Amino acid sequence: MAIVTTPKKACAVNPLKMSQPIGGAFAFMGLRGAMPLLHGSQGCTSFGLTLFVRHFKEAVPLQTTAMSEVATVLGGYENVEQAILNIYNRAKPEIIGICSTGVTETNGDDVDGYIKLIREQHPQLAKFPLVFVSTPDFKDAFQDGWGKTVACMVEVLVEAPAVGAERDPARVNVLPGCHLTPGDLDELRTILEDFGLKPSFLPDLAGSLDGHIPDEFTPTTIGGIGVDEVAGMGRSSWTIAIGAQMRRAAEAMQAKSGVPFRLFERLCGLIPNDEFIAFLSDISGRPVPAKYRRQRGQLSDAMLDAHFHVGGRRLAIGAEPDLLFDLSSMLHEMGAQVTAAVTTTPSPVLERIGTKEVLIGDLEDLEELARTRNCDLLITHSHGRQAAARLKIPFYRAGFPMFDRIGAGHQLSVGYRGTRDVIFNIANLVIADREENHQPTPDSWRTSRRPLKPGRRSFIDATEGSIA
Amino acid sequence: MSSLSATIQEMFNEPGCAKNANKSDAERKKGCTKQLQPGGAAGGCAFDGAKIALQPFTDVAHLVHGPIACEGNSWDNRGAASSGASIWRTGFTTDMNETDIVFGGEKRLYKAIKEIINKYNPSAIFVYQTCVPAMIGDDINAVCKAASQKLGKPVIPVNSPGFVGPKNLGNKLAGEALLEHVIGTQEPNYTTPYDINLIGEYNLSGELWQVKPLLDELGIRILSCISGDGKYREVASSHRARAAMMVCSKAMINVARKMEERYGIPFFEGSFYGIQDSSDSLREIARLLVERGAPSELIERTEAVIAREEARAWAAIERYKPRFAGKRALLITGGVKSWSVVAALQEAGLELVGTSVKKSTKEDKERIKELMGQDAHMIEDMTPREIYKMLKEAKADIMLSGGKSQFVALKAAMPWLDINQERCHAYMGYVGMVKLVEEIDRALFNPMWEQLRRPVPWEEVAKNRQTKGMAQMDAQAAEVAADPETTRRAKKVCFCKEVDLGTLEDAIRSHGLTSVEAVRQHTNAFGGCCKRRIEDILATMPVSSPPAMLQAAE
Repeated sequence: MAIVTTPKKACAVNPLKMSQPIGGAFAFMGLRGAMPLLHGSQGCTSFGLTLFVRHFKEAVPLQTTAMSEVATVLGGYENVEQAILNIYNRAKPEIIGICSTGVTETNGDDVDGYIKLIREQHPQLAKFPLVFVSTPDFKDAFQDGWGKTVACMVEVLVEAPAVGAERDPARVNVLPGCHLTPGDLDELRTILEDFGLKPSFLPDLAGSLDGHIPDEFTPTTIGGIGVDEVAGMGRSSWTIAIGAQMRRAAEAMQAKSGVPFRLFERLCGLIPNDEFIAFLSDISGRPVPAKYRRQRGQLSDAMLDAHFHVGGRRLAIGAEPDLLFDLSSMLHEMGAQVTAAVTTTPSPVLERIGTKEVLIGDLEDLEELARTRNCDLLITHSHGRQAAARLKIPFYRAGFPMFDRIGAGHQLSVGYRGTRDVIFNIANLVIADREENHQPTPDSWRTSRRPLKPGRRSFIDATEGSIA
Repeated sequence: MSSLSATIQEMFNEPGCAKNANKSDAERKKGCTKQLQPGGAAGGCAFDGAKIALQPFTDVAHLVHGPIACEGNSWDNRGAASSGASIWRTGFTTDMNETDIVFGGEKRLYKAIKEIINKYNPSAIFVYQTCVPAMIGDDINAVCKAASQKLGKPVIPVNSPGFVGPKNLGNKLAGEALLEHVIGTQEPNYTTPYDINLIGEYNLSGELWQVKPLLDELGIRILSCISGDGKYREVASSHRARAAMMVCSKAMINVARKMEERYGIPFFEGSFYGIQDSSDSLREIARLLVERGAPSELIERTEAVIAREEARAWAAIERYKPRFAGKRALLITGGVKSWSVVAALQEAGLELVGTSVKKSTKEDKERIKELMGQDAHMIEDMTPREIYKMLKEAKADIMLSGGKSQFVALKAAMPWLDINQERCHAYMGYVGMVKLVEEIDRALFNPMWEQLRRPVPWEEVAKNRQTKGMAQMDAQAAEVAADPETTRRAKKVCFCKEVDLGTLEDAIRSHGLTSVEAVRQHTNAFGGCCKRRIEDILATMPVSSPPAMLQAAE
């Protein structure tokens, strides 16, 4: 349906996109006892760290190989070696996840080769879990970095099951995209467990960035999925991938361990959740618990109550492809018109978005489109706050980063219940906007024409105005 | 034009820096900061530092030449405040892609500059160099020069790629860019004997405006603030100031010293954090201005303002003193902030159990000693784990630090206050000091802490109950395992009519049954869905003739 275009400008203004390496590092944060390491100069890490801390309001583990100018010229072997040894000795992690950056990709560091050499030089590291992902800053975006990293984790950490080994029929792998919050993961875990299934989330941010208070201070992640559990994911009966970005990881899982997968591109909205729940009922062989019948009813009712406010709205949305597809489709199905859509990176889902054109661009493009096309609802991450203030339209924060509101980690959008919450929140923004900015006045419907002579007034003269 | 490495070397020789003066040539060559340790480093890069130092110029477009990470991950993340223009908060980047890396990014950079001028028409454009274009040899100085000439706008190269060093070095490189390309390029409309420059003040949370009213009242004009709420024209004509105050410790000492050298503007290092420091700074500004020719009555007027403000502030703080008695604070922050905040907290009656001096200069440390006594607990480098332990063991009642270490305190259920750049409150001058004390009080005495520190009541109960329950279950299981009869009776075969294995086996044995149909007749078993299971039981049981006694009875 939609045509995907890229603007021809040289200067990105108010970027929507964030870089690939921090998307990769983010994925490592869903592993227990992990220390993500960016192979680049220390600023690469520092900026990413600040961004995660502002979003989650949590301590975030993220280290750097601290490449200097000289190291960049001579090659980064020593920096990678020292960084791994320092982290190994001081932070005592269970795994170190390494992502390259623009600097170290430009000078062509062969990190896979370095790791081999480091393992030889330091026998204590011979078997230590080290995962390296190539994530140059000058290519792709945040969600690509996440997707690649999870695929890498599967390739390196999942053990191929022995021939003829039995699968655990209750065990299910879940590969969530980076657009899902820790709150979303907890919701999915509850749903799966209600069907008697035992889910393993890779990565599991709900264990590490959900805000729980650990007993001990640790410099690594304070929870998440353990390396041992990841190794055993090959014995599951199914893999559920959420978001098109996870196809690569799901395929890697299937290739490595033969576990079949089902990809759910969306989990926000009535129909996608119907499919999801039906699938769970199918693979578990259990009837749908009464709880979900009730939740489905509640969502239906929320849609009935909200469609008055959401229907007909002209939506401007800027987000990474999977989140863009998920939210815009849900609102499209609620009667909103997706009038401006901007994203960060190519994806197969983009052309199926219910709009004419999807732009791979920045927030300047989104703001401009929203203004010229008279949009009356803006959805993007917190960096859209300046645009929203200038446009003076209701602004719903979605995606990463969300630094100017608290509770980002628990914003729910999956399942019947999550969809219901999103619909309520958006509809309430619209209602508040109407009450604050669009109250009818005696002149709301007055036309600019001169008043007609008495006796000749007719209703036709009043142009239809909008109180909405 | 000197090369980047020459500029950096020159900065390491900075004579204005006391630390440098004590170094040998070899030491000086190595630079000011410890070599960064891979896997153990924290903090920003030189580009970060340069951006921090210059971004508060509000009417300037700040264009970052590099891949998306440098600007995309970091824009609009600082709380500086502007009284007018908002272009400084707009994120501009060339977002270099693979093609640019291969063919060079200079053309894209030039086009980007042109686009910005056409669309936004800012007073000037600052172009920041980052690691990747520096590696591939993009000459931003040349591009900026060409763009300035062709497009008729100041386009200033800020040569501070991240990998040349830490944040602090970036601050200084930003200063060099100002000295080389901006300061002295324009003339102010008029000058007064009361014109000053503030160097290294970023107007975070609008804190400059806590002090500006006092300067206004004294008739002292901030000719240029570098860079908080600054304008390009102001900094370009800042060389006409009579005196300067260096606010943020050594971050921009090169600017202050070179302006003294080139334009004869005397400067002093001061701070507006804390009552005493604010008074000292106002006095020093007045003294320098009078020295440079301002009427001497300025000093009297300044003293009068100081006396009034001090009295007001002390009166406001007085009521907190009894509340703060015996309360201990731990201060984890860098450089200038340590001693200036130490003084402030002591004024409020807090006891300081420690302060970090990681980024402080020797001079900073001397001042801390002066304030806290010889046995001052100065923390060179404290790991988060140690801080956490310290707070958990309640060796301090509140921690004040930057945003990144906040969770160490908060997760230990310990009050914490942000005193770094991301904070939401302004703490400068006399009013700011009172505000800081208010905030500390609010944090210390929030009733929430007591609730969070309480032990969870059900955790103990649950533990007891759980152990009891577990023991019971274990005992039951053992009993079941020991008694085959119970097991036999517990195992249901027919779920519809609830017939257990024991009943079926007994019936089969006692009547010598051999078919499902017969079992159905002798028991309640339905033989529908459990047909297969009954067949299995029949198969496993030896076919035996019924006991003679029963046979006789039949």
